[in-house]
Amino acid sequence: MKVQLVDIAHARSGDKGDTANVGVIALKPEWYPFISAQLTLDRVRAHFTGVITGDVERFELPNLHALNFLLHGALDGGGTLSLKTDAQGKVFSTAMLRMMLDVPDDEASKLGLPAART
Amino acid sequence: MTDSADKIVRVAGGQGFWGDWLDAPRRQVEGGPVDYLMLDYLAEVTMSILQKQKERDPQMGYARDFIGAMESVLPAVTERGVKVIANAGGVNPAACAQAVLEVARTHGAAGKLKVGVVTGDDLLPRLDALIEEGHSLSHMETGEPLSTVRDRVLSANAYIGSTPIVEALSRGANVVVTGRSTDTALTMAPLRHEFGWGAEDWDKLAAGIIAGHIIECGAQCSGGNCLYDWRNIPDLANIGYPIVEARADGTFTIAKHPNTGGRINVPSVTEQCVYEMGDPNTYITPDVVADFTTIRLADDGPDRVKVFGIKGRPATDKLKVSIAYRAGYKAVGTLVYSWPDALEKAQLADRVLRERLDNMGLRFDSLLTEFVGVSSTHGPLTVSTGEAPEVQFRIGVRSGNRKDVERFTRELAPLVLNGPPSVTGFAGGRPKVEEIVAYWPALVDKTVVKTAVEVLS
Repeated sequence: MKVQLVDIAHARSGDKGDTANVGVIALKPEWYPFISAQLTLDRVRAHFTGVITGDVERFELPNLHALNFLLHGALDGGGTLSLKTDAQGKVFSTAMLRMMLDVPDDEASKLGLPAART
Repeated sequence: MTDSADKIVRVAGGQGFWGDWLDAPRRQVEGGPVDYLMLDYLAEVTMSILQKQKERDPQMGYARDFIGAMESVLPAVTERGVKVIANAGGVNPAACAQAVLEVARTHGAAGKLKVGVVTGDDLLPRLDALIEEGHSLSHMETGEPLSTVRDRVLSANAYIGSTPIVEALSRGANVVVTGRSTDTALTMAPLRHEFGWGAEDWDKLAAGIIAGHIIECGAQCSGGNCLYDWRNIPDLANIGYPIVEARADGTFTIAKHPNTGGRINVPSVTEQCVYEMGDPNTYITPDVVADFTTIRLADDGPDRVKVFGIKGRPATDKLKVSIAYRAGYKAVGTLVYSWPDALEKAQLADRVLRERLDNMGLRFDSLLTEFVGVSSTHGPLTVSTGEAPEVQFRIGVRSGNRKDVERFTRELAPLVLNGPPSVTGFAGGRPKVEEIVAYWPALVDKTVVKTAVEVLS
């Protein structure tokens, strides 16, 4: 079944120059290993194709049930240079949460994952 | 040692950036017990804004909001002994300190303030000498040497750590004003001062830094901008700003005053922990390298989160430098198109405008169109959920050539009469040309930067 990240995680994002960071936090601690396994570097790179111009870095914070991603070349130069509405990368968080995940039904039911709303 | 183990030091966060809630500092000192009020005014872009102000008036260049804040908390400082630590000095800490003393004089509290001024972060007068000595001050992201933009540099400030603030406190200052100190040092310094943590007490210093990271954005850890369960966060109108209740062993609790709104729980604090995070194993500050993967959080009663387990490592031998340089010009303008077919009309307006700019031979380093209401925040990730009832066409340009940017600003309004139909929202006039003062982050050897502390009364 389809599970959307927004229903199993929350997130916050910010900027450092032309890089946006996105911290993704499991809504339930027991969902963290699943989220960590799903949000591979390749998966997140693919998700932001056409949105950012640089590469992605990935870090794990199992203590906070969280992952941190650095999205390089995300902010049209960043800071005062940027012409974007979101020059400070504040809503890359929710852009990440749009991600749709394909999950085998038995795994989804074992973890109690909610089905995507749309 | 029993005394020291029981001792609690309360550091209240009262501003998360320059422009934050004017009421927050006063609420923090009046809503319950606090020992220190920490006010963070400086974001990456703030130093460049302040630099522009100082160019216009040499007495400016600091966060003016801080003077109003001092006025609002003055009784707490002079009568109850609350101490204030702020990086409001910006590019002119001395002028900022004088303005604070002037507030005290106006309110008959002269003699009750001892204002510590931390300087030494300003590297601008020494920039050429530094480059000559082989400090390339290369851009941390692009690797370009500073010499490529040297003639356009407006300011250069090293991010300095907690040591000079601790010195100011130990010399009896009850207000400490710094320039470009790190946001986190403003919280860690009073803890070092109160608990006597050593300069190599890495775990405790790291704990102080992480306490600072959690409260440096004000209410962003206590229910503000909190995505988790946002509908049910109570009474945002009276949101309580955060307070660190620190203990000598380096553990601390994030709390807020009673009868305030917002919410402090593990999810709200976690969101702030990951905000503006780089490599979580290696959060580099002038004082210590903190490891965010060691942070443990636990709910500790309503609106209280205990933070413990934090580990740190020795600081590096470098300091980060915030350099501001002139980087050309930009302008952004908008028009609004209505139903029916609002997006199609906005897209046609964009094509027409770009063709006209092209015909005139204008050259831009960046030309960016966004359709607000459709895709401005998530771009190609956006999934359409039906026809937009209205769309804001937003277009911006950036160029080293001011004339080209100025010419662009004249091209938007004509579209109202000579472009696609159903257009409005032009009442603000034509877009303003803005000179860009951009941010250039670099590293410099720590030994190069000598801070100084002066205590004025």
